[in-house]
Amino acid sequence: MTAYTATVTVRLKRGVLDPEAETTQKTLERLGFELADLRSADQFEVDLDAESADAAAERADEMAQRLLANPTLHDYDVVVEERGA
Amino acid sequence: MTVSVVQFGGSNCDRDAVRALDRVGVDAERVWHEDGLPADSEGVVLPGGFSYGDYLRAGAMAAHSPIMNEVRAAAEDGVPVLGVCNGAQIGSESRLTPGAFTTNRSARFQCEDVFLRVENADTPWTEAYEEGDVIELPIAHGEGRFEIDDAAYDELVDDDRVLFRYCDADGNVTDEANPNGSKGNVAGILGERETVAVLMPHPERAALAELGGSTDGQGVLDGFA
Repeated sequence: MTAYTATVTVRLKRGVLDPEAETTQKTLERLGFELADLRSADQFEVDLDAESADAAAERADEMAQRLLANPTLHDYDVVVEERGA
Repeated sequence: MTVSVVQFGGSNCDRDAVRALDRVGVDAERVWHEDGLPADSEGVVLPGGFSYGDYLRAGAMAAHSPIMNEVRAAAEDGVPVLGVCNGAQIGSESRLTPGAFTTNRSARFQCEDVFLRVENADTPWTEAYEEGDVIELPIAHGEGRFEIDDAAYDELVDDDRVLFRYCDADGNVTDEANPNGSKGNVAGILGERETVAVLMPHPERAALAELGGSTDGQGVLDGFA
């Protein structure tokens, strides 16, 4: 078994309204920042032990499908890295 | 008929639901989610509140609590199930009903009375009304915007599974009358069976005349009668 960290990033699908991001963008602009757009995302770092990076990714993918993301609203991606000793 | 009102940590409309059901002649009791669904439940209410502090997404945690497997099984057996507000979010997160309820267009928590147009009066939850009737119910939510992909939305409409749409006092379904940006002004829908329904507005808060407001919510609760 190898120690991995799977990073699951959950984003709203393109076209789904993101009122929190819009509000955040407006506030940044109020602070004087210039920006074209802003999107928010949730990121989960999951430490897990698995036989291989693929097995770790598969488990994290299932976590995203079953809980971390809502398929109506979200896309997600999974990045797996070995966890440093 | 004894209806089980499932209480999660953070539910806060469970007592109101029991009281309102009693008013329309339906026996109801609160059931703590860890105690499981009583085998003789003849109906289930998923009440409003803030189960699990709305962590991750409103309803996401409660949707995966063990009692929801029992609620899904009961629903498949034809037991009537009604999700209100947080219960609607739990219902959609647990796939009892399609789509999702997410952050209001305003990004604010909204607590106000709204008008709803009855879209389909041929269901247990709406047969007290006529199609096109306008009823008044309160909303109290921050994540009530109904989202669903276009194909699934068209299917819902084609199958006549939209129960209520937000409207103005005259029954016009307009963007101005849409409190949260819901797709198609949808406020409540049916699951695959007409005995399963979710809605964001609170019928149980509009059921007691002595509170001085609308009693239009009684008709929804009559779905258990």
